Amino acid sequence: MSTSDHDNYRERDSEATFGDYGGQYVPEALMPAVQELEDAYERYVLNNEDGFMDEFRERMADFGGRPTPLQRAERLSERYDREIYLKREDLVHGGAHKLNNALGQVLLAKYMGKERIIAETGAGQHGTATAMAAAHLDMPCEIYMGRTDINRQRPNVYRMRMNGAEVNPVTAGSGTLKEAINETMRDWATTVETTHYVIGSVVGPHPFPKLVRDFQAVIGQEAREQIRERAGRLPDSVVACAGGGSNTMGTFHAFVPDDAVDLYAVEAGGSSLEIDEENALAPNSATLSTGTDGVLHGAMTKLLQSADGQIMESHSVSAGLDYAGVGPELSHLVDIGRVTPASVDDEAALNGFHRLSNLEGIIPALESSHALGYLEEAHEELGDLVVVNVSGRGDKDLETVLEETEKRDLEAAPDVEVFGQ
Amino acid sequence: MEDDPRRAGSDGTEQPASASGELRADGGEQFGSDIEAAIREHHPALITYLTAGDPSLEDTKAYVEALDRGGADLIELGLPFSEPIAEGPTIQAAINRALDAGTTPAGFFELVDDLETEAPLLVMTYYNMILQYGDSEAPRASDSDAAPPQSKPDVRPFVERAAEAGLSGIIVPDLPAEESEPLREACDDHDLDLVFIVAPTTEGDRLEGIMSQASGFVYVQARLGTTGARADVSNATHDSLTRLEEYDVSEPNSDGVPKAVGFGVSEGDHAAEIIEAGADGVIVGSALIDIVAESDDPAPALEAKAEELKRGAIRGGNEGNDIEIDAPEPEQP
Repeated sequence: MSTSDHDNYRERDSEATFGDYGGQYVPEALMPAVQELEDAYERYVLNNEDGFMDEFRERMADFGGRPTPLQRAERLSERYDREIYLKREDLVHGGAHKLNNALGQVLLAKYMGKERIIAETGAGQHGTATAMAAAHLDMPCEIYMGRTDINRQRPNVYRMRMNGAEVNPVTAGSGTLKEAINETMRDWATTVETTHYVIGSVVGPHPFPKLVRDFQAVIGQEAREQIRERAGRLPDSVVACAGGGSNTMGTFHAFVPDDAVDLYAVEAGGSSLEIDEENALAPNSATLSTGTDGVLHGAMTKLLQSADGQIMESHSVSAGLDYAGVGPELSHLVDIGRVTPASVDDEAALNGFHRLSNLEGIIPALESSHALGYLEEAHEELGDLVVVNVSGRGDKDLETVLEETEKRDLEAAPDVEVFGQ
Repeated sequence: MEDDPRRAGSDGTEQPASASGELRADGGEQFGSDIEAAIREHHPALITYLTAGDPSLEDTKAYVEALDRGGADLIELGLPFSEPIAEGPTIQAAINRALDAGTTPAGFFELVDDLETEAPLLVMTYYNMILQYGDSEAPRASDSDAAPPQSKPDVRPFVERAAEAGLSGIIVPDLPAEESEPLREACDDHDLDLVFIVAPTTEGDRLEGIMSQASGFVYVQARLGTTGARADVSNATHDSLTRLEEYDVSEPNSDGVPKAVGFGVSEGDHAAEIIEAGADGVIVGSALIDIVAESDDPAPALEAKAEELKRGAIRGGNEGNDIEIDAPEPEQP
């Protein structure tokens, strides 16, 4: 019964943690900046000092196109024999929920007197959102992006540069998101006095998980009000995809106190949930479903890691979900049973992509397609009234979808033969 | 939480029944630790870093012995982690080489078991490596519905193994003082020093807080950024000197912990300047990794480099205002 150390493991500052998760595991050089950000978070975001939140909301309306609709999906409702509503974050400026956070943080950096913005990006969604926000607010901006991702996402790279951002290639490791985050942290450790790091998800050291969640929480706040207006009650369940978890937490946050509303975080099952220990490779990004506790990029959370603690290479057909960690608050909500983790594989996601395109005339992002794939698989367990977050639009994914569709026999996909190989 | 299967199961050896109750390093011995003793007795001290397993653990053994012969007073050994966010390109590359060579924590500790150096050894690694050590028996979650009752990661198996292997201290670049309590307690229980880093941005209450819990030595980070020998070494030196001014090192701080300067130090002349300005030691890493990566015969080259750096440090000590490093007064009531 020697519980000695665990009891006060995380007692020092409950503000910084969610149960066992979260914290501030960063190099000493970054601690003052992290604390400065805590202070700014409290003043501007929580207390609306200098009207910060008012300006944020105003800009999200004028520049960002909020509020987004909650749309009843007529043919999906018919198909699944229950009421399905879609939260249309794909209609936010830039084509995804990412702008909610990027604009919030760039504006916050301005209020803090910072002179320069840096950010990491995986597939380029957070990078393009940050570049747009920085252009809108006239801040110099540099984006770190893995070499592999740059080669895969040329249009996004050019979009960032069109918005005036500098794109720095990262050649380390596999040249993807994880390495881009490492390199952005290294930049921040060097330039911390003048620079704000706009982290792209509800990950990283405290206060980032809360800060990003609060900027994204508008998704769930709107949806909750809209569904009560439209259906006269709260939904039975809310479904969102989960990679790092920013659209997930943004959608769930307002619903967390509503015990009767079930929350489903749908992760990328990739090609398999089995882990290749020997090569430190996870052919999925299902961190909440299969991960173990550890520390990565500043926070204690669930991770895809080897028994020794080396972080694994993850995989998903959807680049935006392809990350070996997940937000610490989601890890906590899963542990206490408030959020149910689920996953669908690449194929189910691709079918979800085609199905929504075909039935509803909405081309969803491959990330969001995981939530739609889960709807197909599990709708019977979701109750009579379901809200699904469409976190982004899928135009960015067309090349991947063509390639992946050609390889498979997808029930929901139209023929690709039109190109005549 | 109630009982941790890893601790009971991982090694059948007896665990101290009550680890916390027994002798602590408070004031009893002349110096709090092997590390502090090494720095004070060989003042000014040369502290060297190598990544273990670069390019193999056998090579590391030979290189560490060479540094020991060359005059290193303390030797940091890096246990490689896949996401080394505090490192510059040189050490990142070394870590990649070590991981590609299959370096594991188990192999690392076997290396330390085998090493017999005059210089005390420290391990430098990232927090996740410490948390996961001894975790291989832990059940891995699968895609079952019920969340399995997962045991929480624990720092103690690592610290116990480190003590058993004869390591004298631990440095964790991604563990700020605010998060260090579990590891510090475990280190205290096993008489290991937990070395803290003080950065150019560390000021005021945080600086005081860190100094008050420091043991072994304080790692004074010469400048912002990551590790690595820079082209502008003299700037690094200059930055270090500025840092030292802020600490007013001529007045031994209240806790009497020696200060060593690292980040960008690569030559004997810079060691001399830094020591002359009042540091108790210099820390050199990337410049040694360069030798490992580039030399045809690294061991003698490392030995020679250690000699050069140590000579520089001593020269700095002689030219400086000869700061008396007195034995710490027994400050405990």
